[in-house]
Amino acid sequence: MPMKIGDPSFDTRVEKGLKDTFMRQAVTSAQERLKLAKGKAEEELGNWEEWRSLSEEIRAHTLENIDYYLHQLSENVSKNGGHVFFAQTAEDANAYIKEVAQKKNAKKVIKSKSMVTEEISMNEALESVGCEVIESDLGEYILQIDDHDPPSHIVAPALHKNKEQIRDTFIEKKGYTKSSNPQELTLFARELLRKEFLEADIGVTGCNFAVAESGSISLVTNEGNARLATTLPKTQITVMGMERVVPTWEELDILVSMLCRSAVGQKLTSYVTGLTGAREEGDVDGPEEFHLVIVDNGRSKILGTEFQAALHCIRCAACINVCPVYRHVGGHSYGSIYPGPIGAVLTPLLEGYDDHKELPYASTLCAACTDACPVKIPLHEMLVKHRRNIAEEKRTTLSETFAMKGFGLVASSPALFNMSTRTAPFMLSPFTKDGSIKNGPGPMKGWTDIRDFPESKKERFRDWYKHRESKKGGGSK
Amino acid sequence: MKVSLFVTCLADVFYPGVGKDTVEVLERLGCEVDFPEKQTCCGQPAFNSGYHIDTIKVAKHMITTFEHADYVVTPSGSCAAMLKEYPELLKEERDWEKRAEQLANKTFEFTQFLVHVLKIEKVDAELNANATYHTSCHMTRLLRETEAPLKLLNGVKGLNLEELPNREACCGFGGTFAVKMSSISEQMVNEKVMHIEDTKAEVLIGADCGCLMNIGGRLERSGKQVKVMHIAQVLNSQESLTKG
Repeated sequence: MPMKIGDPSFDTRVEKGLKDTFMRQAVTSAQERLKLAKGKAEEELGNWEEWRSLSEEIRAHTLENIDYYLHQLSENVSKNGGHVFFAQTAEDANAYIKEVAQKKNAKKVIKSKSMVTEEISMNEALESVGCEVIESDLGEYILQIDDHDPPSHIVAPALHKNKEQIRDTFIEKKGYTKSSNPQELTLFARELLRKEFLEADIGVTGCNFAVAESGSISLVTNEGNARLATTLPKTQITVMGMERVVPTWEELDILVSMLCRSAVGQKLTSYVTGLTGAREEGDVDGPEEFHLVIVDNGRSKILGTEFQAALHCIRCAACINVCPVYRHVGGHSYGSIYPGPIGAVLTPLLEGYDDHKELPYASTLCAACTDACPVKIPLHEMLVKHRRNIAEEKRTTLSETFAMKGFGLVASSPALFNMSTRTAPFMLSPFTKDGSIKNGPGPMKGWTDIRDFPESKKERFRDWYKHRESKKGGGSK
Repeated sequence: MKVSLFVTCLADVFYPGVGKDTVEVLERLGCEVDFPEKQTCCGQPAFNSGYHIDTIKVAKHMITTFEHADYVVTPSGSCAAMLKEYPELLKEERDWEKRAEQLANKTFEFTQFLVHVLKIEKVDAELNANATYHTSCHMTRLLRETEAPLKLLNGVKGLNLEELPNREACCGFGGTFAVKMSSISEQMVNEKVMHIEDTKAEVLIGADCGCLMNIGGRLERSGKQVKVMHIAQVLNSQESLTKG
């Protein structure tokens, strides 16, 4: 499965994540930094909640009319001389991209950052037909030369690495000789990459948003690599998830602003690029040929379901940057290239529950993600909906099903509830010592492994109340 | 004013003192408190685990139990939020949905009720202690209540409140999460404990027994001397905290 990364077992991945002190320090400090920056950017813009509502409205409207806007987009791209390919599956997308590469007799492909190409494993597909694929986003480049370490964050893919680890990778793989100073590291990568840009036959980009009214695509970067990737090579292939479309430049303006503020706390990133079609007569640069690959890969089956709003995502990672679970386990623990709350919602939608059924439970439902989302996706509610599906499809353990059915029975019957809470202190008395339980039986073990559990009181609140009422001479209902 | 108390299952069984203090504070403020004894649990364990058919049974029982009430007051932001979830849960059954809406509209978390309904921001309470307040996720982000508890705590004589660093962060409880993903929960609660220690507070105050059970249980296990109190206990406190 292309989206899957790391060890097949969720528990093993989490255990590994929790033990990785370097990663956890890197993630914690990145979260703190990004959260602070986003807060400032929200304040600076003012009326943040209204902007969120407007952005939600734009995304909801676009997704409600996705067929219309995709049609308009593709008509306009074609009018501008570009080629549009609708790929239903990852295989379809890769087959088309490989065909373009082969037609162009391409040897080298330079890429700017794109999650959807990760999702469809495009690099491997191109490599299988003899193309060398070079990542030009610094984070992605670091991961690529580090034996294809998978991304752990959708905006900052190498977030799990600190600068010393990056220096070591550069030393080992590229003969780097200098310090772990980020400026020196970046300069080194920049020089290596410049050569690659000049030699590349094809530039591949993702797409932050496509503008339907003009058939344009827009790219948001801080490194300027997307600009080089779309000006130097003769052929440009842009790969986009089918939901990444906006009706007009006016909506683009709003969403790009929300994206930059939410992702990195900037008003705008250093480069916001708008590209319309291939090079025309009189243009001094730009590709001679432009291909837009619009990828479905499971998205259209989310349309019309209660999960549709998950497609509103603009990939800013704000939910990831506030998630307390992500903070401690890191991106790789999710086992998907889409980690964190949005990953836990999206991955099972795109790939099913079989390989990802733990993800919806990797949350305390604290709702920090929902509050952080600039397009107001109710992420924590969607995690509960996933849990409901998993329970209803009987994918949960028998003991959990039994416990929850039992709970439903007891909590809807005052007599049973009364009886079980009254007998609880006696049932638990063998495990209770000095007012608390330190070694709980069965399902309580997960609790008492790390913390004490309070003793069940012989005089419950209801006993106290009843006693008091009877002393008063009154009665309770 | 007539108030029906939904004590919550955790307070009923594990923290009866919280229920008593809630009743006493409400009565002191002139409310007539009734405890419908058929009440059980809000159903959140089943709801959050995805067992919605089973939750519906519980929700219907709770709706019926509190149908007569003018106001339903509960010492838990999380359980109050769950009661407010019932209309969505029952949206397929029009009659029940309506009854659920009535319950949702008259349900208030304890401090919310004091500040927004009774319009009281200062209760006659005294607690001489350095304390810090844990905001609770469901109180903050589902109920959207951030001010009421702090207003009330600021009015408590002798109480010095230190702000908890990263206060909006979850403590790692999450109901079944604490058991199911115990190792992740451990790291989350450790971070919370670390921040509590940073404040040098002697008392940790919260408005949700779930969070307090988690943080308190971890404090106890790690041998920390921080005392854990529900906000109802603080608002009913009339004495200075004796220091050990």
